[in-house]
Amino acid sequence: MQLHISPKDGVPIYRQIVNQVKYLVGSGRLVPGEELPPIRVLAEQLVVNPNTVARAYAELERAGIVTKRHGSGTYVSDNGSPLKRAERLKILAQRADALVAEARHLEVEISELLDVVRERHRAMQSKE
Amino acid sequence: MNMNIPASSPNQPVIAISDLSRRFKSKLALDSVSLNVERGQVFGLVGANGAGKTTLIKHILGLLKAESGSLRVFDLDPVAEPVAVLSRVGFLSEDRDLPGWMRVDELIRYTRAFHAEWDAAYAEQLRGQFQLDPAARIKQLSRGELAKAGLLVALAHRPELLVLDEPSSGLDPIVRREMLEAIVRTVADEGRTVFFSSHLLDEIERVSDRLAMMACGRVVLQGRLDEILESHFRLTLRFPTPPPTPPKLAGALLVTGSGLEWTVLCNGARAELAAAVVRLGARIVDETAASLDEIFLARVGRERSTTANPQPAAWQEATLDTPDAMK
Repeated sequence: MQLHISPKDGVPIYRQIVNQVKYLVGSGRLVPGEELPPIRVLAEQLVVNPNTVARAYAELERAGIVTKRHGSGTYVSDNGSPLKRAERLKILAQRADALVAEARHLEVEISELLDVVRERHRAMQSKE
Repeated sequence: MNMNIPASSPNQPVIAISDLSRRFKSKLALDSVSLNVERGQVFGLVGANGAGKTTLIKHILGLLKAESGSLRVFDLDPVAEPVAVLSRVGFLSEDRDLPGWMRVDELIRYTRAFHAEWDAAYAEQLRGQFQLDPAARIKQLSRGELAKAGLLVALAHRPELLVLDEPSSGLDPIVRREMLEAIVRTVADEGRTVFFSSHLLDEIERVSDRLAMMACGRVVLQGRLDEILESHFRLTLRFPTPPPTPPKLAGALLVTGSGLEWTVLCNGARAELAAAVVRLGARIVDETAASLDEIFLARVGRERSTTANPQPAAWQEATLDTPDAMK
């Protein structure tokens, strides 16, 4: 699990961990049933306080993203988290914002942009 | 594992400081400092040079006696009962005052003699991990090796409380990371408490649960790190016409800007601030998180400007040398 912690941007570290794990789950980089690193291991890897990692895991558990199994570890929830679809759409919305902004900057109409998206989709499908 | 059962109850703060003041001649080095450090916590003390961090640490170690106010460590007075306190404390000083004529293995044997709880296997593990040559003379060690040797002898008796004064001062990013990793591992050992001072804010942000910011002997802000970050934010205001003077908002710590747009670093209730902005005839065009750097500069800068003896440039250095390699 690759996380990137950046102090200085004002977002508490536990929240950065929560957001990035949500992103990894939402984007399919972490799959249901996959085990998250133990708190101590992740704390040492990121060089952050273990209490911070514990708080992030507790928050992820409350949100239904991960499940703690008694006496073993922390796993990505089976059959996806309740937030999974919403999270996925949120990720896409951010990408879409950037795309729409760029299209506006390049003076490309939204209908043309949608055509480009459909065209790229077709091109990708023909490769698969 | 250290099986030494602490004499104080688990709910008792490991360090309890109340209204502590200290004067050196005419200079007030500590001004009514109050703070508690709970068991298992990593407590970060931030402040520019001369803010009083080292003086506070000397009181914790019993090297200075409280002039007024009180200070208890493990519910003991460290001046009256130095052995009872120091046997449970590991300490790394900023100047690493280690005996230069000793070899690394001699330093380890020498320090061991002071600690009944010494864990020789752990000491050897740390020595290997830190890549310290047992036959090397202390005075020939590099700055990084010296810091690691100091940390080794501070850790090997598995102290309940680890006190570090500027642990990464003058170290390169690689050694700094090793020092931080050692702190993280120490906390991961059940029940251990760390109190450390630093002027490197991103180091404090990575490893502490709670922090206190000091300026001119006073604690200007303390609390849980995440609460501090979440309760401070930056609002960018836009005015229909340029205000004649910088806008005044209750709860504003720092106002910057010019012309129509002004950014205010705030700590306070969002709803009330939003209402106050409307009363000023402005609107909020952006709200962003405030970084610990910005909070520190706003809090400490303010403190400096209200004191009788300001040192304008000194506090700025606190954030200039934050290591990018740690990101």
